Amino acid sequence: MDKTINNKAWFLVLPVFLIVAFSAVLPLMTVVNYSVQDTFGNNHFFWNGVGWFKELLDPSTDLGDRFLNSLGRNLLFSAIILAIEVPLGILVALSMPREGWRVAACLVILALPLLIPWNVVGTIWQIFGRPDIGLLGYTLNKLGFDYNYVSNSFDAWCTIIVMDVWHWTSLVALLCYAGLKSIPDAYYQAAQIDGASRWAVFTAIQLPKMNRVLLIAVLLRFMDSFMIYTEPFVVTGGGPGNSTTFVSIELVKIALGQFDLGKAAALSLVYNLIILIVCWVFYTVMTNADRERPQTTGGA
Amino acid sequence: MARIDLVDLAHSYGGGTYALKPMTMTWRQGGAYALLGPSGCGKTTLLNIISGIVTPSQGKVLFDGNDITHASTRERNIAQVFQFPVIYDTMTVGENLAFPLKNRGLPRDKIAARVGEIAKLLDLTPYLDRKAVRLSADAKQKISLGRGLVRPDVAAVLFDEPLTVIDPHLKWELRSKLKALHQALDLTMIYVTHDQTEALTFADTVVVMHDGAVVQSGTPEDLFARPAHTFVGYFIGSPGMNIVPAGVKGREAVVSGHVIGLNRSYDNLPAGGKIEIGVRPEFVHVADPAPGLLSAQIERIDDLGRVRFARVRIGDVKFAATVPNGVAVPEKTVGLVFDPAHIHVYSDSLLVEGRA
Amino acid sequence: MSITLDKVSRDVAGASWIRDVSLTLERGTLSVLLGPTLSGKTSIMRLLAGLDKPTSGRVLVDGKDVTGFDVRKRSVAMVYQQFINYPTLSVYENIASPLRVQGVARGEIESRVRDAARLLKLEPYLDRTPLQLSGGQQQRTAIARALVKRADLVLLDEPLANLDYKLREELRTELPRIFEESGAIFVYATTEPSEALLLGGRTICMSEGRALQVGETPLVYRRPETIEVAEVFSDPPLNTVGIEKKNGSIFYSGGERASVTGLYEGLSDGAYRVGFRAHQLEVANASPGRHAFVTKVSVTEITGSESFVHLTREGYNWVAVLPGIHEFLPGQELDAVLDPNDLFIFDQSGRLVAAPAAR
Repeated sequence: MDKTINNKAWFLVLPVFLIVAFSAVLPLMTVVNYSVQDTFGNNHFFWNGVGWFKELLDPSTDLGDRFLNSLGRNLLFSAIILAIEVPLGILVALSMPREGWRVAACLVILALPLLIPWNVVGTIWQIFGRPDIGLLGYTLNKLGFDYNYVSNSFDAWCTIIVMDVWHWTSLVALLCYAGLKSIPDAYYQAAQIDGASRWAVFTAIQLPKMNRVLLIAVLLRFMDSFMIYTEPFVVTGGGPGNSTTFVSIELVKIALGQFDLGKAAALSLVYNLIILIVCWVFYTVMTNADRERPQTTGGA
Repeated sequence: MARIDLVDLAHSYGGGTYALKPMTMTWRQGGAYALLGPSGCGKTTLLNIISGIVTPSQGKVLFDGNDITHASTRERNIAQVFQFPVIYDTMTVGENLAFPLKNRGLPRDKIAARVGEIAKLLDLTPYLDRKAVRLSADAKQKISLGRGLVRPDVAAVLFDEPLTVIDPHLKWELRSKLKALHQALDLTMIYVTHDQTEALTFADTVVVMHDGAVVQSGTPEDLFARPAHTFVGYFIGSPGMNIVPAGVKGREAVVSGHVIGLNRSYDNLPAGGKIEIGVRPEFVHVADPAPGLLSAQIERIDDLGRVRFARVRIGDVKFAATVPNGVAVPEKTVGLVFDPAHIHVYSDSLLVEGRA
Repeated sequence: MSITLDKVSRDVAGASWIRDVSLTLERGTLSVLLGPTLSGKTSIMRLLAGLDKPTSGRVLVDGKDVTGFDVRKRSVAMVYQQFINYPTLSVYENIASPLRVQGVARGEIESRVRDAARLLKLEPYLDRTPLQLSGGQQQRTAIARALVKRADLVLLDEPLANLDYKLREELRTELPRIFEESGAIFVYATTEPSEALLLGGRTICMSEGRALQVGETPLVYRRPETIEVAEVFSDPPLNTVGIEKKNGSIFYSGGERASVTGLYEGLSDGAYRVGFRAHQLEVANASPGRHAFVTKVSVTEITGSESFVHLTREGYNWVAVLPGIHEFLPGQELDAVLDPNDLFIFDQSGRLVAAPAAR
């Protein structure tokens, strides 16, 4: 629908502009500024051009090595949790009741993990996994597993993956449930009449109709997991060693730990760019999928 | 192919009100039936009971004598075409048609042969390799229908207002195709609709429903010429039958003080009943006012191209009458000519037989 | 108030939805937009209302250019195919809502709402919410809400399409009376030719975004300017056949040869397309003055008052309508006749060349 021009609306947006300018745009510009400069402290800055960016992408340098390794860890992490959360979320959505009071109960239970502040999630699992006072850690060790997320990097990875699955599968499940509910009953009746097996109903009716919802779920989960910071930081702090050091954690170490503002600024810009590109790819795929559908309107 | 019997069938969704009042009827094998009625009359409930989506709260449903009242939809081996096309998005047209046979485990060459047969019957052969999603609404409905027909032993094909989303021009094609299919395949077909043209053109037997009960069941000619209930007279025909209160004695009916002659004698009408006469607009003609004719005031003329209807008033009673071709309509007042052979007398909405 | 579309076109995402349409609608008139789905009816209505801006061309109200004016500045009311009412408000509140927005005095609101309710027979239902009403009543509420505004322009987009057949008939007989009493400009979109004929007024025949013909409804029906208009304005679909006039005879494609009589007399030699509606084709034996065809029945449809016979002949599919009940069997051969005084002749480009004389 074409909007007609009404310039007075801009005044309403002005306060928001100003706030965003101060809290986001100016700091962003500062970061860009830092990313092209170098400093030895004492507020002496000198021009470095694209130096930091070149270093970032060069695995032989320390910066590049750390960045590319942490990027690899991020990608591995995102791939694993997507591979677990999406099928699990679909399964949960399929198992949920469709009507009656049980629906409300299930929705509330599913929503609970999503409501918890992220650092609290991290803290819960940090304590939960401790071999001395944590229920999980203690039980696993009692059963004979040598579980210690502080010293063993495999255990650390398992812990943060399980934590993320616990935290976020509900989102995928809720989105898929919404998608499932929108399928008219007639499709299931037709499938019954056609003698379709449960699996055939899933592949021929439910999955195709959940397409768009699944795409959104995958996009959201990829973005969030790629940007993850709080939860793993609280649980493992990036350790043991740097086995769970993701890009965000690396970034904070460089910026606030080493106070290497130039390197950190460049890293954060590249990080931002990667996420933007991924979003753009998803968006294009989604809108292309929309255009493929035949147009149907109620009278044109 | 199945004969369907409904034995003392009724359904209530709870709360004491019947969505479907108790009924017993037989649907013969190979018949083309239409369930006709306004929204809420129970026709969709009845269809859902026959297809197995709803289990009736009382009574039995028999297919060829077997009690399938509690059998699942799949066990009944019926086909159903819904109001909007139901197709499997990820499959081509051919795969859609093959789906029911694949689920039964038929060998691939048999499936291909049967799909080819049905596609030819429905004019879908050129589209067999196209993705089903891309086709128009009427083609999709044909695919829905085809999936039902592809099983050679299907008991009955049920239609739930299938032409709702189809363009008017294409409705004609699909309708005559359905009729031709019925004649070619000798299947029991049950068609639910609120559109009387659809019902009357498709069915051999039309079952008119009103308020959960079957009001009349018969051929289109029967329903048109001898409605057993004033509702049938009103619902069938466009415009519907004129139904007006009258005083009937012997061979005369008195409407708003005017006398109309009848061709049967009605002597024993129940006292205290609501007496009405019904006559279709096709059997009432407009003419110049004359002393022997009932006079009426013209309200408007509806010109439909091939026929013209006059909306008139006799006193405070509204009538619709035909304007014969070539007749110029008088300005304000007209005379009405009735065809006594087509005037029916109703008492408490039910048809009364007169003596010749 | 009069509203004019001046050479209006509208393109959406590269596709042309409306092409070069010019129309003028006067106060107190009813115009029917007739055409198949996706022919541009809704787009035209949205342009008239100001919901969309044309890609080219102007929209004028009383001579003033209002192209691009926001719809809230225009005096418009619209009724949709899906009965759109405020679900939480009572029928009374629904009808009163546009008046409350306009800030009309309470006494005035009361009287106008009651008037509209009376006109649309909603008085017993004023306290109910729309979901407690039947489809027909919900649509009446929507129409009442559109009327009570006393807008200069009232648009109805296939308002009866979602209603039961009988309900549609009933509402349709009431609409002309309601329109006359109101005095605004009414624009009514529909896909059914019979609705256009019943409503009267003027008809704007649309196809593929173009306005094919505009005129008084009976005139457009009886004298379609092109074969496209005749096809849009026929239900059952228009029957056609090709002919060639040469050497003093008429040759129908398919082989029949007939003498040059009736409307064929005024034609110059050449090829033409003849169109005739279902009631112009008679199932009867050949008789002098009539052109006969041998056809085969494919299927007969009986409605009780009429019978529709589907015939095939040399690759043409025709439909004939006969009064009364006639059961013809598929495959049966039937003679069908045409009255050369009662058909439409179009030239090769589709323009009307001859039509039956007015009755």
